[in-house]
Amino acid sequence: MGKKVLLIEDEPNIIEAVSFILSRDGWEVKTHSNGHDAMEVVRLRAPDLIILDAMLPGKSGFDILTEIRGDAAVGETPVLMLTARGQSKDREMAERAGVSQYMTKPFSNADVLAAVRALVTP
Amino acid sequence: MIGTRIRERRVLGGIRQSDLARQAGISPSYLNLIEHNKRRIGGKTLLKLAGVLNVEPALLSEGAEATLIAGLREAAGEQDDIGAEVSQIEEFAERFPGWAKLLADLYRRNESLERTIETLTDRLAHDPYLADSLHEVISAVTAIRSTSSILVETEALEPEWQNRFHRNINEDSSRLAEGAQSLVRYLEGAPNTDAELKSPQDEMHAFLAARGFHLPELERDMAGPRDVTRLIEGEGAELSSPAQSLARDVMLRYLADARSLPLEPLLGWIKSVGLHPDRLAEASGVDLATLFRRLAALPEDAVGPVGLVICDASGSLVFRKPLEGFAMPRIAGACTLWPLFQVLAQPQSPLRMRLKQVGRGTDTVEALAVSAPVTAPSFDRPALMQAHMLLLPDRPEAATAPLREVGVNCRICSLASCAARREPSIISDGF
Repeated sequence: MGKKVLLIEDEPNIIEAVSFILSRDGWEVKTHSNGHDAMEVVRLRAPDLIILDAMLPGKSGFDILTEIRGDAAVGETPVLMLTARGQSKDREMAERAGVSQYMTKPFSNADVLAAVRALVTP
Repeated sequence: MIGTRIRERRVLGGIRQSDLARQAGISPSYLNLIEHNKRRIGGKTLLKLAGVLNVEPALLSEGAEATLIAGLREAAGEQDDIGAEVSQIEEFAERFPGWAKLLADLYRRNESLERTIETLTDRLAHDPYLADSLHEVISAVTAIRSTSSILVETEALEPEWQNRFHRNINEDSSRLAEGAQSLVRYLEGAPNTDAELKSPQDEMHAFLAARGFHLPELERDMAGPRDVTRLIEGEGAELSSPAQSLARDVMLRYLADARSLPLEPLLGWIKSVGLHPDRLAEASGVDLATLFRRLAALPEDAVGPVGLVICDASGSLVFRKPLEGFAMPRIAGACTLWPLFQVLAQPQSPLRMRLKQVGRGTDTVEALAVSAPVTAPSFDRPALMQAHMLLLPDRPEAATAPLREVGVNCRICSLASCAARREPSIISDGF
């Protein structure tokens, strides 16, 4: 069984594409599509890596990231944040919240794969 | 007016009234009357005063248009590093009226263009529709890019996956096309003339000003929120969505105020007790803030000109009904000496004073100010305060009220040694 990746993203076709490329690369991918209860899912799944969209219905990715970093059980999990906003203030906000890597949309599949491989120790 | 110009020159020159009177050979009380335009002067007295003030008598007797002078001062204030000879503004306007008007007009035009840029920048940065549309487009592009890469780069992709990804690309490309068309429609519909490019606050104020700040539709006995909606959908249909939202809030409060204090009884009380806000509030049983808003909403032919300015606890001006002779900045940065801000520190304790704006060649106005919470008391949320300042043309009834010299904002104010000053004045420099 591969390492677990939790993809929190609200666009169904992005979820499908990213899940496909990661699954083909040997990762076990779980998905979730809203911010309301994302933190509960993170605790439940205890993934090796979280891919987190910045703009989610219910709660922003920045707020979820802050909660992850404040949680003793999952606080060390690497987080790759995906966002449609490339402004420097958003990047700074993500860095202050403790993001492991920040990637702006539209990304390439190769970049996502490379980031995931780099963030999770085999 | 001659007296006003004499006073301006004296204040700008840092000369005490008594010193000027003594040097000109007249009594201080007589000079005081002259400065308040209550005595006409000419001949020797004018020559003596002009001599002491070291200006051409014509500058005092004729004077350039006050608004032109004010415009030139504001222009100099924006570019004070250039070192424009602020002390010679009046002389410049007198000697070269055409150039002075051109300069003032260019400054106004520049200011207008800067506001346009601010509005557009704000629109791009904070417009929720634009942000949502762009997010939708980028999401669709991301999905298409990722999915098409899979189709091209994955060898021996199972037919089931191929079909699914083809369908996804089709869906996303349709979404992208709709999003792009929607963006184009939105951008094409964006305002593109100077007159249209205003902030929502400006639009809301212009809408109310066009109605004289009086809305007969909301004064009727049976008026209700649906009348506000009708106004918004009718005459307010041209307003931007944020301006409509602001106008709706203002009109809903107008409606509530009109219900608390209907027009006919209010006019009756004014007839019986006069335009005395404290007596009117007592007679009608409404608080002063409500009464101020009602007075500012009366037709001008009922009580004459009435101005009103409302600020929140941060000092931002959230409502402005101008009164001739009293200048107001657009949103923030107003003179801290206005009683409007003083009453924020003393809720429910009203203040009355006469105000004279220094250096603008304006008359004295009567100002009545009061502050009060605008939210119900709660342990769970902060109390939101607003201060109201009613402005009336100076009246004999207000003669006993203290007189305070105030400014519009610090940059163009010549008040010397002002403890409230936030930044140096370009007017006082060099005097």
